[in-house]
Amino acid sequence: MAKKWYMLTMVGRDRPGIVSHVTAALYDGGCNLGEATMARLGGNFTIMLMVQFDGKRQALINQIEPVVQSMGLHVNIDSINAELHHHLIPDVRITVYGADRLGIVAQVTTALTEAGLNILGLESDVAGTVEQPIYVMTIEGVASEGIASLQAVLDIMSGKGIETSLSAIETMIG
Amino acid sequence: MAVRDILTHPSACLKQIAEPVSVFDQSLQQLLVDIEDTLALAPGCVGIAAPQIGTSQRVIMTAVKESSGGRGRQVLINPEIVSHEGQVSGREGCLSVPDFTGNVVRAVDIVVRAQDSDGQQQLFEFSGFEARVVQHEIDHLDGLLFLDRLVSRRHDLFRRKVYSTKD
Repeated sequence: MAKKWYMLTMVGRDRPGIVSHVTAALYDGGCNLGEATMARLGGNFTIMLMVQFDGKRQALINQIEPVVQSMGLHVNIDSINAELHHHLIPDVRITVYGADRLGIVAQVTTALTEAGLNILGLESDVAGTVEQPIYVMTIEGVASEGIASLQAVLDIMSGKGIETSLSAIETMIG
Repeated sequence: MAVRDILTHPSACLKQIAEPVSVFDQSLQQLLVDIEDTLALAPGCVGIAAPQIGTSQRVIMTAVKESSGGRGRQVLINPEIVSHEGQVSGREGCLSVPDFTGNVVRAVDIVVRAQDSDGQQQLFEFSGFEARVVQHEIDHLDGLLFLDRLVSRRHDLFRRKVYSTKD
């Protein structure tokens, strides 16, 4: 029987060595790793990690428990279907920035979704200073109804305290 | 006519320096036919280098349509970039690296010295998307994949240049 895939999500105060300790424990337990994203968000360590493992969820929890304790992490483990080798290719990148205020993400993503955007990736940072934070967000996705409809939505939103830009991603295959 | 298999990583042929072409004979013409046939059947592909079909020779073919600002099918033999200008990040994929795309910084404008299929040396100017294709394919001749030049998706300092497009 094929090994099962799990999604391991971990959060904790960032410190050096978390990735190596966690992955060493997983390797010792016979786990195979799939796709992963680690990010440092507001000084917190976060990782989402696909793990292929022979045993049950509880056995996986037991395997990483010592390192989780020693590193002060919170863990969530979900059984998942792994759809590897079927990456979608984004065809548009949108950048939004403005003074940090409530509702930017909801407003922008709701409008873009209604205009046909399928979001494949989203990253945001809070830059600037404590007094004057600047919210910066980059979205990549597939414009299922074309780029013009997304641009029209952004044109309406721009100038109301946020700046937006859109560029086509033309992927070169060689 | 021969459509050849496209080598995928890992393959020794993709990681070695290809040999210069010194003889412009019938076997070279056959190689060009094979490259063209293989390229024609590769969906969405705009360039192929000879090492990708298992021939470690310094031969590339690009196929950027005129509607995309290119010069159509272009054979470049023993190509060398003699000058370049500007830098821009853009998304690349490769037939030899299935199911992965990533950002790579390339020169915006390049001048390439290369020979044509008869061995005549010429200078070619490429710009934008087509220049990216040529640089990607020349990398194949030097044993480099776009994976060797990836830049971070996050904090991508180079915005893609917007070329004039008519909707």
